[in-house]
Amino acid sequence: MRLGPRIAELFAKIFLFGITLFIVGILLFIILFILKNGAAHISWKFITMPIEDMGRSGGILATIVGTGLIVLVAIVVATPLGVSSAIYLAEYTKGGRITEVIRFGINCLSAVPSIIFGLFGFILFVETLGFGWSILSGGLSLAAMVLPTIISTAEEALRSVPISYREVARSLGATRWQTVSKAVIPYALPGILTGIILSIGRAVGETAVVIFTAGTATQMPRSLLDSARTMAVHFYVLAREGISLDNAYATATLLICTILIVNASAYMLMHRLMRGRR
Amino acid sequence: MKGDRLISGALLVSAFSSITVLTLIAVFMFKEGAPIFAKTGLFGMFGQEWDPLHQKFGILPFIVGSIWITFGALVIGVPTGVLAATYLAVFAKKKVSAVLKPVIELLAGIPSVVYGFIGVIWLAPIIRTRLGGAGLSILAASIVLAIMILPTIIGVSMDAINAVPKSFREGSLALGATEWQTAWRVTLPAARSGILISIILGMGRAIGETMAVIMIAGNSTIIPKSILDPARTLTANIAIEMGYAVGDHRRALFATAIILFLFIVILNSIALKLSRRKF
Repeated sequence: MRLGPRIAELFAKIFLFGITLFIVGILLFIILFILKNGAAHISWKFITMPIEDMGRSGGILATIVGTGLIVLVAIVVATPLGVSSAIYLAEYTKGGRITEVIRFGINCLSAVPSIIFGLFGFILFVETLGFGWSILSGGLSLAAMVLPTIISTAEEALRSVPISYREVARSLGATRWQTVSKAVIPYALPGILTGIILSIGRAVGETAVVIFTAGTATQMPRSLLDSARTMAVHFYVLAREGISLDNAYATATLLICTILIVNASAYMLMHRLMRGRR
Repeated sequence: MKGDRLISGALLVSAFSSITVLTLIAVFMFKEGAPIFAKTGLFGMFGQEWDPLHQKFGILPFIVGSIWITFGALVIGVPTGVLAATYLAVFAKKKVSAVLKPVIELLAGIPSVVYGFIGVIWLAPIIRTRLGGAGLSILAASIVLAIMILPTIIGVSMDAINAVPKSFREGSLALGATEWQTAWRVTLPAARSGILISIILGMGRAIGETMAVIMIAGNSTIIPKSILDPARTLTANIAIEMGYAVGDHRRALFATAIILFLFIVILNSIALKLSRRKF
């Protein structure tokens, strides 16, 4: 049977739309599935109490603090390195051998599996440098992981700045760095921030890297050299070892909410930026 | 002017951070893992039996596991992703696609442990009761990984489709072809190298995924025979055993990571080569 082109067109349109809706449906299903089972077990006590009895009772305050500190270390380390890499690539080079090598490094690093970052962080930070399983080791390993994301989003943001900004600044006698720091970066800032926020989202949800580098201590961390477990690791341990399904759902709910908030703010920032530009 | 030169020097140094990290990863992996190759020979790692207690470090079962699961994820994820990308890039109104694209990107933000958890608690029981087997299986892992690689496939494919010159589409429409005929016969073939890149990148994602796979693939160390059998991937084997491995066992795990690392670098170089080629 051969369909007429008009009917085939309609058929294809509906089919492709259906597939797209199906994918969106999967996302909604995952989010609602977790929220439905977890929301009831979240209370003020759960958020503010220490972990008791391996997570069977008590709250998850230590994991919230642990997650926050590890992500903070990662972002504080990765942002300056990433943004200046991006500035170099977008403003200071016109290509050539060295740039090729740098780009190859960024591309490959962005594809390295998280388990390898975990092993790398374990060998370098935990063992060789003697930081032990700690917030510092975990944060530095995550910094290596999010570096390529920060670089590529920042570079894209810098490249979207109209060339006229640079021409005007240069023609007024500004040096290259004055041009970049006073004319280009302010314009690209929202885009750069979006990349940083997205990296926070990735770091919050990461498990394989931190389990090998930050450990799984349940106590409240007191310094950057203390071991800490993140919310994602806590959820993994609770679910995998069947310690408490209720608390696992509740932890996952908080995790998902954090990620939704992070992604929504990145999106809103980007959206406002786009509207302002038109 | 002197300050300017200093700044550009500092920027160049930080630009090397990524390649430095990459090199450090390679150096440390080789330092930890390479001695096992000296003992077993270069191909001694590819045996069929993994039994660390008896010094048997054959990773063939995990290679087979990784290949099956990744292949399964691609079989499910690639057509779905490419068709969704076609819808978003060709058919959807700008406003619709502006809403749906970030929603789909959210799939990439869901932590892999959450995917694994839903796989265990919801998907595996369905497979066990409907199709038999243990539930925790290659099939379950493939389905979950297919969903996890969708954002990569859709995002990169959309970019490829959008990069096809407008004149291709306009020419085809002017000849009387419908939107679908144009998409299927003109736009998609023209975007094929970009779509191929999306597949390669998705493949890298799937091979590298660890936590979700540990939770749902069943982790058996025996070579799987059907898609309903449990299997263990290269990544899962490293993550499961690293906690207690010492001596040659630990070296063998690092050697597994070297093989994985090389594989990812090769895949990525292919993608990079392809992206330089136009059409």
